[in-house]
Amino acid sequence: MKKLLLASAMLALTAGFASADVVRLATEGAYPPFNFIDDKGEVAGFEREFGDEICKRAALECTWTTNEWDSIIPNLQSGNYDVIIAGMSITDERKKVIDFTQNYYPPAASAYVAASADADIKTGVVSAQVSTIQAAYVAESGATLLEFPTPDETVAAVRNGEAAAVFADKDYLRPFVDESNGELQFVGEDVSIGGGVGLGIRQSDTELKGKLDGAISAMKADGSLNALIEKYFGAEGLKF
Amino acid sequence: MFSVCADPKSIEGLTWLSCYLTSGKHLDFYMSFVTVLALLVVTAPAAMLLGFGGAMAARSQFAPLRWIGKLYSAMVRGVPDIVYFMFFVIALDQGLELIKHKIVCRDWAEPIFRGLEFHVCPAAKIPLATASPFTFQLYGFGLAVVTFAIVFGAFVANVLYGAMQAVPRAQLETAEAYGMSHRQVFRRILVPQMWTYALPGLANLWMILIKATPLLFLLSVKDIVYYARELGGTKTQAYEYPHPDWRIFYFLGLLVFYLVMTKLSEIVLGKITAKLSKGQATAAGEALRRAAV
Repeated sequence: MKKLLLASAMLALTAGFASADVVRLATEGAYPPFNFIDDKGEVAGFEREFGDEICKRAALECTWTTNEWDSIIPNLQSGNYDVIIAGMSITDERKKVIDFTQNYYPPAASAYVAASADADIKTGVVSAQVSTIQAAYVAESGATLLEFPTPDETVAAVRNGEAAAVFADKDYLRPFVDESNGELQFVGEDVSIGGGVGLGIRQSDTELKGKLDGAISAMKADGSLNALIEKYFGAEGLKF
Repeated sequence: MFSVCADPKSIEGLTWLSCYLTSGKHLDFYMSFVTVLALLVVTAPAAMLLGFGGAMAARSQFAPLRWIGKLYSAMVRGVPDIVYFMFFVIALDQGLELIKHKIVCRDWAEPIFRGLEFHVCPAAKIPLATASPFTFQLYGFGLAVVTFAIVFGAFVANVLYGAMQAVPRAQLETAEAYGMSHRQVFRRILVPQMWTYALPGLANLWMILIKATPLLFLLSVKDIVYYARELGGTKTQAYEYPHPDWRIFYFLGLLVFYLVMTKLSEIVLGKITAKLSKGQATAAGEALRRAAV
């Protein structure tokens, strides 16, 4: 009995040493082309390839997990995973609770999409995803904000008339507009908000931040990041 | 799954549909029905055990035990379930990691609670960072089962307490007159006779439990509601199988599933009720006597 206890304790400790270098990356899985879950059930998209490449360059062993958007920051702080890689824009409000690496996608435009060209985006009902920079912008703009937990519900709201327009990243909305056969169109002006997309990490994980920043700088310097952006966002993707 | 599905963009019609319904994500969807059934199969006995304990405690002669039994029942029935689900999952998870941390990493100098962050040494994480995704899902499922059992156990405790009180005092007195000890009276007379009074309440709770299984979705366990929402949403060309908003079909499917489950449960519970009502002085027993004549 004593030997069994000792053996299992040793196993637990050594297993602990082995786990020291495993970094868990969390993404939302509902935001193509940044991240989505493909039809095989695997995480896919720009951030999947980007994350795998960053981990290779920083010599980290990475595993992927998905988490709902609304609880993605609290779960990072609870220690359920180590990095948020989910199309999260760098904002001062978020910087109060977590830390960000440098951005790996430049500050991109957000746009309104509606079913008709004369939709009232100034005072009507505009849908956006909860806890996003777009939702905060709509709330301050004087329009009535209608929030949804996932991004595709925000577009569905415009299709079924619940909302006059949806306000989200232009890169996310572009495929919906292109494939809608004229039912959806861009309206109003593009708005640039946020400081670009960065990796979210706990404020105390300074060593990890250094490694990730180093890998991102290397990818920017040798052009591989621009190539990856071109692959997933096409010619309209913003480059460094 | 089939070789014709290798290039989904080139097929249409029924072939496309058959490939679509057997894609990897859809197979995960079908497996999630097993997750829901597994939850029911594991939670029901666990809740019954907790409920039994709670009812016995509430009937105890020993005052503090009685208070614990009544408090358990009152607290869980008085607070919305969602609060328990949200609270327990985080609190249990952190609590277990804290305990493991105290055992495994005694010489950890840094503070555990830093501002909003919760830090334990890597060896104390449950599950370990190196564990497989299946382990993570199993752990999440386990936390959900514990939470469901605690919440529904309180309702079961209330039902069983009422049922135990409802057994005619005459029966218990007769048993005592025969010289049975308190424990024997409980085991041989009270518990067998209480089932007929408990069954309507327990049947009701079973139906409520079936309908409460979507709470797994709130606990980030990948259950049928998660997959219905995930698969039903509009899919652009970025996906292998693009399609418009099909959520209504997926949720119709869930509706059918739940209706079938509750109908089957009704039939089975009806049969059990009939069997237990034989010879009882209840309306159901009377109905059986009239039918037999």
